[in-house]
Amino acid sequence: MSNGTIRGLLLSDKQADRVVPPTGFTAQLTVFVAGAMAFMAVFALALSLASGRLADRWSQELAKAATLRINAPAEQRAAQTETALKLLRQTPGVAKARALSPEEQAALLSPWFGPDLPIDALPVPQLVEVTAGEPGYDIAGLRLRLSAEVPGAVLDDHTRWREPLVDAANGLRRLGLIAILLIGGATAAMITLAANAALAANAQVIEVLRLVGAKDGYIAGAFVRRFTLRTLIGAAVGVVFGMIGVMLLPAASDEGGFLTGLGFRGIGWGLPLLIPVLGAGVAFAATWAAARRRLKELS
Amino acid sequence: MLIELENVGYSYGGGELLSDVSVSLAPGSFHFLTGPSGAGKTTLLKLCYGALLPTAGRVQVFDRDMGALDRDDLAMLRRRVGVVHQDCRFLDHLPLSENIALPLVVSGRGQRAEDDNLKELMSWVGLSSRAEALPPELSGGERQRAALARAVIMSPDVVLADEPTGNVDWDMSQRLLHLLVELNRMGKTVLIATHDLSLIRAAKSQVQARVLRISNKGLQLAGADL
Repeated sequence: MSNGTIRGLLLSDKQADRVVPPTGFTAQLTVFVAGAMAFMAVFALALSLASGRLADRWSQELAKAATLRINAPAEQRAAQTETALKLLRQTPGVAKARALSPEEQAALLSPWFGPDLPIDALPVPQLVEVTAGEPGYDIAGLRLRLSAEVPGAVLDDHTRWREPLVDAANGLRRLGLIAILLIGGATAAMITLAANAALAANAQVIEVLRLVGAKDGYIAGAFVRRFTLRTLIGAAVGVVFGMIGVMLLPAASDEGGFLTGLGFRGIGWGLPLLIPVLGAGVAFAATWAAARRRLKELS
Repeated sequence: MLIELENVGYSYGGGELLSDVSVSLAPGSFHFLTGPSGAGKTTLLKLCYGALLPTAGRVQVFDRDMGALDRDDLAMLRRRVGVVHQDCRFLDHLPLSENIALPLVVSGRGQRAEDDNLKELMSWVGLSSRAEALPPELSGGERQRAALARAVIMSPDVVLADEPTGNVDWDMSQRLLHLLVELNRMGKTVLIATHDLSLIRAAKSQVQARVLRISNKGLQLAGADL
């Protein structure tokens, strides 16, 4: 289909549009389906974007962080910590190494033991926060050196629990994108059905138009314009309601975790505006294909 | 020749309706096509405007083989062939004036630009006062005259009329015949399919007409027995 044909199909032609009688039920059905699908697409898009952000954040933040745990008797703990810090600072690729203060360690444990935990009286290992530079350090080599010089040290690079979390977030992102594709496919299928119903209901009109010299493009255009416009309007309304729904969700917070981060940020708020345009494009293609197929059958 | 059928045959549902039909319509000529009901008059007309394709032989319209035309070419060709269908074929949701202007609209010439022509044409067929009426509100004679007006609004070279007087009284049939004769005098080629022999007899005093009769699946030139 050439650009001229597409332009001709989309440009308003009031006389051509009058030639095809209005079809109330299919019109309402198309607007409703487009609106409902666009509404769901907004949430699928929000879910996909939020999970993507989460996966990126977890991936970036945790990839650089590691924790060194020093399990040593209380009288050796300070010396081993000092040795470990010295060793870490000499290790290429380690940007920063810092022992957590007793207050910080108490804060980490407070969700389980409460705020007044006498941490000095407990056999709690000393934690050292290790931050990698660019490029990172050799984990296997560091472990070997630590085992030789700091016997009670255990290096945890978070791989064990970071990867499943990032995989889960990426899985959610994929599901969101698949949902958007399915919504697009379902919209195309519904519009094809509605267009076929409208074309079948107007078979006699189409036959008369063919007999008086109408080209297929002219007849198809009347249907294509109608369904494209209805989808555009329905999807625009659905997107507005969807965006209002997303705006009403709680704002992102550390306490709320992932659920409160479900929404759009910055330029992401512009993405839902593409949904009516894409929906109209889907409707255009679906109606055009249905009309061409049906016209060849009819006369 | 404007329309030329060469050894045309048409079979439908396993039966042969037309066989070895050859006929030519010259510019400005006037023809009647007659024969009993079911003989194939409507089929022959449909072959002339491409609503059907022959199962044997060849149909040429304006020197173009109908079998070789694509759908857009066929649409363009139909703009040069005015057809008065037996059942008129109107769009019931549009007023009469818009139905008559339909060929102009679909050809992209627009109705408004041709308003003067439309008014003149509606006056010619005596329907000026019925411009806003919907087709279901029209009488049989009004429908036939409106169908004739729609057939000629594009100023076609050929007018094909399928039983144009089938549903009207004698006076109205004479009026319609007069309109078709007038068109012929303007240089249009006219082919009227009818089983009404009295219409053919009445036309003889007004126009030099050739009468073709479908008989035994073939086409013959009818003689003085009419």
